[in-house]
Amino acid sequence: MAGLNVDLVSTDRKVWSGIARAVSVPSVDGQIGILTGHTPILAVLRPGTVRVTADDAEPFEVQVTGGFVSVDDNLVTVVADEITLGTGVEG
Amino acid sequence: MAGGSQRVYRQRIKSTQSLKKMFRAQELIAASRIGRARTRATAATPFAQAITRAVSAVATHAHVDHPMIEPRHDTAKVAVLVVASDRGMAGSYSAAIIRETERLLERLEREGKEPELYVAGRRAISYFRYRGRELSEQWSYGSDSPSSEVANEIADALLAAHSAAAEDGGVAELHVVYTQFVNMVTQRPRVVRMLPLEVVEGVVEHDEVEPLYDFEPSVEVVLDALLPRYVRSRIFSFLLEAAASELASRQRAMHTAVDNAEDLIRNYTRLANQARQADITQEISEIVSGADALAAAK
Repeated sequence: MAGLNVDLVSTDRKVWSGIARAVSVPSVDGQIGILTGHTPILAVLRPGTVRVTADDAEPFEVQVTGGFVSVDDNLVTVVADEITLGTGVEG
Repeated sequence: MAGGSQRVYRQRIKSTQSLKKMFRAQELIAASRIGRARTRATAATPFAQAITRAVSAVATHAHVDHPMIEPRHDTAKVAVLVVASDRGMAGSYSAAIIRETERLLERLEREGKEPELYVAGRRAISYFRYRGRELSEQWSYGSDSPSSEVANEIADALLAAHSAAAEDGGVAELHVVYTQFVNMVTQRPRVVRMLPLEVVEGVVEHDEVEPLYDFEPSVEVVLDALLPRYVRSRIFSFLLEAAASELASRQRAMHTAVDNAEDLIRNYTRLANQARQADITQEISEIVSGADALAAAK
């Protein structure tokens, strides 16, 4: 099965974009794990860590300061006011 | 007498030359910044797109009332945000924006509304202040490279005004006047009604029924988080587009100014040459007539 198309977007730029196997985001109600075929969802994020298990690279984490995530047809868009790179992400 | 007019012309040539240098420098500065401004505008689009998609998803799936979607009828006040430049030397850029604003204000007043001005950019601030217009809020923010912090500040002020109660000076609508960057040659002043939100631009065009979204924790909370961000991102993109437009018109205006300066220099050089030639001719004729007079006296 095809992976998730993930876009990490902050106010002024696209931070990361690629294929991932799994994404974990901090929703206001708790961490949500997203795998392929996840039901469409729009969730509000609290400040926390987004963990992306990329398809062809090491898993990495970024810190977000709040925003939202939308999942639709294996298209995951994490939109945050600010995204700071955590460990394991290049560039 | 001789040399007097020559000196005047030389002086004018010199001053025009130094002006030309300044114009040229401004042109080059604008040209070098415009690329960056456009890159920033494009870099901000993924965010705007993502948020627009999300807003339209909510709007199509959930039928909820939200103060930012519903029209307000309890107050006649409306906010007008004017995005102009901090500095001049950009041709008709500021004038066009101000003209558009005046037109909008007139229209709003005709409709029985009370426009309140929120002005970004020193040129527009001084224009309205000179005319005794009261400004609700003003920002001079470095209009050729706006930061997202300024955009947030502006957006938050406007959102606060929109959510305030009528007796606290709340506003029913929000209009934005900014300059749309069409391309390097065309920039157009444009009026957008931001609040209450209505048409959501850039809705995905595919015909199939959109999937049913889950909202977490609830539709209301999602909208509460989404809509202010939407407004902020729109205002940020307006500022970025206005910045690109400002730089483009500055570049063009300065290019014309350089051309004009060159024309002037050419004209003055001709006049100076003419004056020099006239002086020489006069001197020669004086010498010749002097020599003639001496020869005749013998």
